[in-house]
Amino acid sequence: MSTESLRIVWVYPDLLSTYGDRGNALILARRAQLRGMPVEMLEVRSDQRLPAAADIYLIGGGEDGPQALGAQRLLADGGLHRAVAQGSVVFGVCAGYQLLGTSFFAKGTRCAGLELLDFSSDRGPTRAVGELAGEVDPRLGIPHLSGFENHGGRTHLGPGVSPLARVTAGVGNDGTTEGAWRGKLLGTYSHGPALARNPDLADLLLRWATGIHQLPPLDDTWADRLRSERRSAVAAAARA
Amino acid sequence: MPMRAKVASSVSRTAAALSRAAGRGDGSVIGGWIGLKIDPDLLAHLSAGRAIALVSGTNGKTTTTRLTTAAVGVLGRVASNAFGANMPTGHTSALAKAGSTPYAVLEVDEHYLAQVLEATEPHAVALLNLSRDQLDRAKEVAMMAQLWRAALVRHPRVRVVANADDPMVVWAASPPADPAQGHVPPHVTWFSAGQRWHDDSWVCPECGSTIQRSGGQWWCTGCPLRRPEPQWTVEDDGVLDPTGAWHKIQLQLPGTVNLGNAATALAVAAEFGVRPVDAVSRLGTVTSVAGRYAQVDRDGRNVRLLLAKNPASWLEAFDMADVAPTLLSINARDPDGLDTSWLFDVDFSPLAGRQVLITGDRAYDLAVRLDVNGVPFRHVRTFDEAVRAVPPGRLEVIANYTAFQDIRAELDRVN
Repeated sequence: MSTESLRIVWVYPDLLSTYGDRGNALILARRAQLRGMPVEMLEVRSDQRLPAAADIYLIGGGEDGPQALGAQRLLADGGLHRAVAQGSVVFGVCAGYQLLGTSFFAKGTRCAGLELLDFSSDRGPTRAVGELAGEVDPRLGIPHLSGFENHGGRTHLGPGVSPLARVTAGVGNDGTTEGAWRGKLLGTYSHGPALARNPDLADLLLRWATGIHQLPPLDDTWADRLRSERRSAVAAAARA
Repeated sequence: MPMRAKVASSVSRTAAALSRAAGRGDGSVIGGWIGLKIDPDLLAHLSAGRAIALVSGTNGKTTTTRLTTAAVGVLGRVASNAFGANMPTGHTSALAKAGSTPYAVLEVDEHYLAQVLEATEPHAVALLNLSRDQLDRAKEVAMMAQLWRAALVRHPRVRVVANADDPMVVWAASPPADPAQGHVPPHVTWFSAGQRWHDDSWVCPECGSTIQRSGGQWWCTGCPLRRPEPQWTVEDDGVLDPTGAWHKIQLQLPGTVNLGNAATALAVAAEFGVRPVDAVSRLGTVTSVAGRYAQVDRDGRNVRLLLAKNPASWLEAFDMADVAPTLLSINARDPDGLDTSWLFDVDFSPLAGRQVLITGDRAYDLAVRLDVNGVPFRHVRTFDEAVRAVPPGRLEVIANYTAFQDIRAELDRVN
């Protein structure tokens, strides 16, 4: 950690917060605090400078216009790139995931991404809306991904990144792989409060940010019930 | 009315009556659906000769429609789609069923406003608010505001009654006048109904700059868009009208949000020539609205039903609810939207300190949310279990759409 407390930056909530994206910030803060870590939460609007010295940066979902504007401002600001160079954790969701790559499509044109991860996104033939599930890259050591997706993009991974998961339900990047990660940067199409349904993913980000490999376990009864209920619902929908 | 429309209208009424008699619903959609199949212009034909008000927005449509119907009722009989069937099939059914009336007040789903403006040629339209709602299938807020704006440009003569507190509504109600095209700015009467929810209007729909707020005012930091001076406002437990006269409002509906709805109803009725002093007493006759706010006694508990469908309406529901045991029920079926992400847009902390019970298809999503919010709760599987779990006295029930209907069914479809 950079300071006494864990510093979490929620990037541009005025532009990139469409689907309960606040949830990811709340969940990370709660899980850190329950382990006795003080948390400093910063909501940085798009007309403010992005501090480069935080531990975790959260980038949420958004529609085309705000996504394009968010990418422009992040490129001009440079703070996120400095943070990544210093080893900060970045978690991008949906539009916030796409803009970590080299390019994405918004409002019918190709927009420059932040080039922090080796992938590019374009438009798919259909909009992907519904439950998203996948088996996570075993190197990350966390159980299956559970989420909800709502996007029109398709993402093509380059050799410099690994997929977050292999899709078992839904579309994700392209119907086969879902999300991407490299180092301490991770993105997913599981939108909104993705960490609500994936507490182990939240803990992975906390481990990356703190360097603590063994975090004390928490009572995840409700999240576990939610995950197993969603898994059953996905399986039932697949049989129907 | 042309013969085809007459036949369609009669068949529509019969189908609605059959649907009700067969216990298949309240007949508010099926009749209109059949009628429109026979005569696609049936809604226009049924609208002709009536002075009509439309009521649209994300939240408060059904209640404001009911209050406006009561207020306009000072003048004569009013047709209305009172049960929330707010698409053209519902409007067609309601007008066919009511027969000939001089007035109609119609609740309109915000996605259908342009189409219904076209079909009904209303005298007035009330624009309540726009906020995020069922994003897995609904249009985003800025796009909805754009659709409303484009529709109003095509209907420059309709009298607009709009919420000065919602930047998206103000922008939609103020389309640019283009004299070269013969466009005149619409006649707008502004009301202030307050707005607890701000998270969909931080970015100016006109120029993309940040919108600032202070002391009830709001303004864009990059262009002239700002809060217009409202002619109708809520003050204390009453409404100030454009002449400066204050009218005490005694509603049987809870919450400051319903005082705002009452102000809106009086403002719309005034567009038809109703004096507020003649209408206020009629507002107090509205007790519950399609089950919303209904109170039912069950095993010594007084159960009150509150509907909350999206983040903005949850905030209002917490304000309306008494500090009493509270049952929350969440589903995510088609009419609710399949995505429960919005639960994290709602701050449930106002419930801390109350006995909280949760149920519904998606109770576990709610459980995770409340856990993160630090609000203790208990999960119950049935409505009866909830009733047994609380002491005698008030039980507040806050539920989203189909969860609300499920509980209403438990209570014999209370209206």
